[in-house]
Amino acid sequence: MSRELTISLSPHEKGNLSVEKIMWSVVIALIPALTASVYFYGIHALRVVVLGMLFCIALEYLIQKFVLKTKVTAFDGSAAVTGLLLAFNVPSSIPWWQLLIGSAAAIGVAKMAFGGLGKNPFNPALVGRAFMLASFPVQMNTWPAPLRKIWESGADALTSATPLGILKEGVRDGTPIADLADKMPSYFDMFIGNMGGCIGEVSAFAILAGGIYLLSRKIISFHIPLFYLLSLAGFTGLFWLFNPVKYADPLFHILAGGAMLGAWFMATDMVTCPMSIKGQVIFAISGGILCGAIRLFGSYPEGCSYSILVMNAFVPLIDKYFKPKRFGKEVDNGK
Amino acid sequence: MKLNTFKIGGVHPPENKISAALPIKTLPPPKQVRLLLSQHLGQPAVPVVKKGDRVKVGALIAGGEAFISANIHSSVSGTVLKIDNVIDVSGYRKEAIVIQREGDEWEDSIDRSEELNNDITLAPEEIIDKIKEMGIVGLGGAAFPSHVKYLPLPGDAAKADTLVINGVECEPYLTADHRVMLEKSDEILSGIRVMMKAGRVDRAIIGIEANKADAIELLSGKARAIPGLEIVPLKVKYPQGAEKQLIKALLNREIPSGKLPLDVSCIINNIGTALAVYEAVQKNKPLIERVVTMTGKSLKKTGNFKVRMGSPASILLEALQEELPPGTARIICGGPMMGKAVNNLEIPISKGTSGFLLLDEREARRKETKNCIRCAKCISVCPMGLEPYLLEKLAERRNFEACETEDIVDCMECGSCSFTCPSNRFLLDYIRYGKTNVMRIMRDRR
Repeated sequence: MSRELTISLSPHEKGNLSVEKIMWSVVIALIPALTASVYFYGIHALRVVVLGMLFCIALEYLIQKFVLKTKVTAFDGSAAVTGLLLAFNVPSSIPWWQLLIGSAAAIGVAKMAFGGLGKNPFNPALVGRAFMLASFPVQMNTWPAPLRKIWESGADALTSATPLGILKEGVRDGTPIADLADKMPSYFDMFIGNMGGCIGEVSAFAILAGGIYLLSRKIISFHIPLFYLLSLAGFTGLFWLFNPVKYADPLFHILAGGAMLGAWFMATDMVTCPMSIKGQVIFAISGGILCGAIRLFGSYPEGCSYSILVMNAFVPLIDKYFKPKRFGKEVDNGK
Repeated sequence: MKLNTFKIGGVHPPENKISAALPIKTLPPPKQVRLLLSQHLGQPAVPVVKKGDRVKVGALIAGGEAFISANIHSSVSGTVLKIDNVIDVSGYRKEAIVIQREGDEWEDSIDRSEELNNDITLAPEEIIDKIKEMGIVGLGGAAFPSHVKYLPLPGDAAKADTLVINGVECEPYLTADHRVMLEKSDEILSGIRVMMKAGRVDRAIIGIEANKADAIELLSGKARAIPGLEIVPLKVKYPQGAEKQLIKALLNREIPSGKLPLDVSCIINNIGTALAVYEAVQKNKPLIERVVTMTGKSLKKTGNFKVRMGSPASILLEALQEELPPGTARIICGGPMMGKAVNNLEIPISKGTSGFLLLDEREARRKETKNCIRCAKCISVCPMGLEPYLLEKLAERRNFEACETEDIVDCMECGSCSFTCPSNRFLLDYIRYGKTNVMRIMRDRR
């Protein structure tokens, strides 16, 4: 027979899931948060996000093309997700060149140096953020106020502290929580995102919408976000019950800072979270406790990104000891 | 209504049951048949005929002497030409008896009437002997000699309480079992009664996936007349036809790793085997024919055919009056998930052949492999609860010890992991490589 036939082993059928589909789904899921951000902070938020994505894709392209001289996969969506998430983790007033340096840390150091897609032990966007926080503490801790507040005040620009920042300062000065109330945004404002903060983290509502989209597309499972937030609430709640004058309530901790963004989009990063459901639950619970501990007792007001980075380091260990339940092992058929 | 299914893993590939509505056509015997001596699991049969012998349809031509083996009977009448090596689905040359057909003369002992014989006169031991004598093997694909499953185990070993009949046909495209259920329902039910008697069980369950509603309805209606028989519709999910998954879905019993269905008190057989058992025990007919699906999106016509064993697969295309479509890039013996790719259509049809599937260039081409993104989809679809991503890595590095501790031998090669992988990794290819090596090492150790 002269015909050319493929002889390969089964299966001969292939599903239609692909890396690109997964990555671009994550981008789509982040659009509500981006929209909320542009609504509250104006066009600057969009500028930072677009720049972040461009920087990351371009850096991955250049590194693959000219440094590693390998196949270019910069457009598979993973660099776009990194860029988007990095931009979501900085204030909208960040200078472009600082963002570029952050992108270089994320793509160059955290991702490509380890072998590119799938090989990085740490979440690249969080490494980028941590790098920027250490390098540019002033700019990374200057939070533009929501546009409406600026208009109302009649000023050209206005900064506002984040709720977690207010809390940390208040606690340091020994002010009771109740007295900080007039400085704090209401829970409703915190839920929709009408407060100071990083671009993508402010609107819990928009993040939730994106997260539910990812759940419905079965890109992520509910375990990590649910258990991360529950354990954060549980840990901070314990202290709040014990001393509500000194400690904020658990709902505040869930809505403030990067907890929502971290739980739904950072901790769930496929590459850097455990493989088995059991492992994911352990990872999420430990992460939530760590985040609460840093917030309550650390010198930084926000602990979410560090909690995830620290837990990333434990993933190989978690994968080794927490396996999925095998079929036919430790069987109990009622005998 | 919530349908039963197995608990962990599984995928739902496009069903593509193109030929589901086409009645079974009986094909005339071919000019020549090549009957492989190994059409079953276990030891090859030993020829009892020699070159020049004349045989009738149904004559014993090779005997399965070993404990796990099966008799082979002539599927045509004619003269034994030679005992030759022919290429089978594995791509290797295997011994086969080649018979040139003359006429179509059957052994007198075979009852060829269409009349239903519901009267079971044989004792259980006699039924088992009959199943063995007639060369019955599992028709689902693995072709395990059927009589072995019914032999009582020595001592106080586990005793079966339930006969499970597999009418799942979870492989996409294939429709042979579906058609058999629709067209031979009375014979199947009679065969199940025979099997219940042979296995000394008073309970039987037929599991059928919900996409075969007509078969479920037909069999449910008729099953009421048989005490202890139950038809259970199942949610469509691959690989539900695997015995461990089917028993889990129907009875919620989990076969321990490395154990057999009998360890959870089950005997399990395919629906096509039930028909073969009926014909063997009630009609004295050896396993010389079976129903095979010929299908593929590139074919203008598809079909289900009853063919003599040893016929070349090409007679299926001839029966459809079709040439091999010009774009054909892969020929698969079996279904798309677990079937074997072959390099021509001269492969002889054997007891385990369920169908042939043609794929065109676009369907046949494997997509480019990317890095593993640790999405864990392979873990979530693995019906055995394994970690395919890890086994792939370990096998690639030839770390067979680790492969063994990670339970690689529990893999049944269903292909759900490779099917799902968004990075198109060759998960199952490496797992097979690792599994083969681990099994070799385990054998050497004994």
